[in-house]
Amino acid sequence: MDDKLKLELQKYALKIRMAVIEGTYNAKSGHPGGSLSIADIMAYLYAHEMHVNPQDPNWEDRDRLVLSKGHTAPALYGALALQGFFPLEEIPTLRKPNSRLQGHPSMRMTPGVDMSTGSLGQGISSAVGMALGAKLKDKDYRVYTILGDGEIEEGEVWEAAMFASAKHLDNLVAIVDNNNLQIDGTLEEVNSPYPIDEKFAAFGWYVIKINGHNFDQIDRAFDEARRCKGKPTVIIAKTVKGKGVSYMEYAVEWHGKAPKEEEYLEAMSELREELAELDSE
Amino acid sequence: MATEKATRMGYAEGLLVLGEKNDNVVVLDADLAGATYTGKFKAKFPERFFDCGIAEQNMIGIAAGLSLSGFTVFASSFAMFAAGRAFEQIRNSIGYPHLNVKIAATHAGISVGEDGASHQCNEDIALMRTIPGMTVINPADAVEARAAVLAAADYDGPVYLRFGRLAVPQIFSKSTYKFQWGKGSVLTEGSDVAIVATGLMVNEALIAAEELKNDGISARVINIPTIKPLDEDIIVDAAKDCGCIVTAEEHNIIGGLGGAVCETLSTKYPTPVYRIGVEDVFGRSGPAKDLLHIYGLDAAHIISAAKTAVSKKES
Repeated sequence: MDDKLKLELQKYALKIRMAVIEGTYNAKSGHPGGSLSIADIMAYLYAHEMHVNPQDPNWEDRDRLVLSKGHTAPALYGALALQGFFPLEEIPTLRKPNSRLQGHPSMRMTPGVDMSTGSLGQGISSAVGMALGAKLKDKDYRVYTILGDGEIEEGEVWEAAMFASAKHLDNLVAIVDNNNLQIDGTLEEVNSPYPIDEKFAAFGWYVIKINGHNFDQIDRAFDEARRCKGKPTVIIAKTVKGKGVSYMEYAVEWHGKAPKEEEYLEAMSELREELAELDSE
Repeated sequence: MATEKATRMGYAEGLLVLGEKNDNVVVLDADLAGATYTGKFKAKFPERFFDCGIAEQNMIGIAAGLSLSGFTVFASSFAMFAAGRAFEQIRNSIGYPHLNVKIAATHAGISVGEDGASHQCNEDIALMRTIPGMTVINPADAVEARAAVLAAADYDGPVYLRFGRLAVPQIFSKSTYKFQWGKGSVLTEGSDVAIVATGLMVNEALIAAEELKNDGISARVINIPTIKPLDEDIIVDAAKDCGCIVTAEEHNIIGGLGGAVCETLSTKYPTPVYRIGVEDVFGRSGPAKDLLHIYGLDAAHIISAAKTAVSKKES
C-alpha cells in the first residue's frame, strides 16, 4: 500500500474513533471498546474497499456490509457519516429518541445501513443470504460481515459458516474482530472459541490472520480474499479493544460504558493530537 | 363426504403456481422438504430451492439476505422449529427490518399426531402475532391455503403462514374462493351466538352450527384466515348481533385467535367470549383425529360452549 493512501486511511480511522467517542459521550451509553478495535478495518472498508454510493444508499449493485457485532454501531456511523450518508453533525444524537442513529444498526432508519443487527450471531446469516442472492442474480457485488470474537460463541454463526462454504460463496468475507475481550472477561475466562482459525478452516473457509490495526496487512488480506475462489474468506483480525484511547485499551470495562466529561476530553485530545501529527506528515 | 386434503398440500400447490409465474420466488427448507411439501417446488424449480439443512435459525437469516437481494422468499419448516426455535431470528432479522419473507410453517397444532408434544406447536400464533408488522394467516382448507400463498407473494412484507399435516375436509371451491387480505367471512348466518373459527376448526364450527339448529339455536359461523391484522368489524358486528361469541382454534387458548378476539371486544364492544382451544397444556402422541377429540377441538365442544354462552346470556 502506498504511503499516501495509508496516511489517508489512518486519518480516516482517527475520525471514526472521534465519532465513537463523540457519540457515546453524548449518549451517556454505548460500546466504545469494540467500536475502537474495529475502526481501522471499518475505515479501510468504507474509504477504500467497498463500492457504495451515499447519493443512492440502496444502489442495487453496491457492496454490502452487515455489522453482525451490531453493538459497535458507533464505528459504522462514523464511517457512514464520513462517507456522506448523513451529516457528521448527527453523531452526537446517537441513542436519543429523535435520532436516526439507533443503539444498534437499523436499516430502516439510517441511510447506508444494509441490515438491522444487534442480536449476536444473526448478521452473518443475512450476509450469507445476500451473498447467495448475488450469485443467483449474477451480480458481482461483494458482501462483508464483521463479527465479534465473543459473538462466535453463538451457534448460529457456525450454521451460517457451514452453509456459506457448502454453497461456495466466494463473494463473502467475514471479519472476526479478535480483541479477546467480551463483557464478562477474556474469551478464555468466559467460553473460549479458540482456535478460531482452525474452526473456520474446518468449516471450509479460507482463513487469513492479520494485525487488525496494520493497514498493509489489512490491504493484503482483502486483496487475497478477492482472489480466493470457490470458498468464503474469513479475516481473523487481532485487535486491541479500546484502540486509540490510552485508558480504554485492553480494558474490559470499556465494552459498554460511555466516557464521562473528563474522560471524553482526554480521549478527544489524544485523538486530535494524533490527527495533528498525521496532518503534519 | 367432502374430499380431504392437508393445508400443506395447498401450500405446495400455491408454490408451484408462483414458480411458473414469478422468477423472483425462492424457497428455503430445513431438511423437511418431503414433509412440508416444498419438495414439490424443488423438483420443478431446483435452481430456486435451497435446503439449509437442520439449521432453522440460519435459514431465517438466509431468507432475510435473499429478500434484501430482491427475492420473494418462502422459508419452511415445522411450526415448532420456525416460529418456535427461530422466533428471535424472525423477530429481529425479518420483523424489525420488515422484510419480504414468508415464514411458511407446516405441522402446526396438536394434529401433528403421533410425534407428540415436542412437535405439536400450539404457541406459534401467539408468538408471531406479537411481532409488530407481522401478518398471520391460518387457512381452513387446502383451497384457502393455496390462495393465501398467492396473496402472500403479492404482499410486500413479512407474513407467517400456518399449515397443518392432517388432511382436512375441503370447505371452499377452488373456482369461486377469493382470498381477502385481512378479512374474515360469514359462512353461516345466525343471530344467537357467533362461532369465530380458524384453521381446521372452521369445519367443526360448521358442523356445530348445523347441529345447534336442532336445539333452536341460530349460530353464525365466521371464518378468520387472517388472525393479524384481525377483521375487527366482522367481530364487533357479530358481538352486536349475537351478544355472545365462541372462538375455536387449534392453538393454546392463550394468545391465539381467542385472545385476539377478546382484546378487540374488551374495548370495542365488551361481550362474553368462550374460547375453544388447547387448554394451556402440552399434547401427547396419538392419531391426530383422536387427539383433536381428547383436547376438546371438535364440534361437540363448540356446541357445548355455544349452549352455555346462549343460556348465560339469557339468564
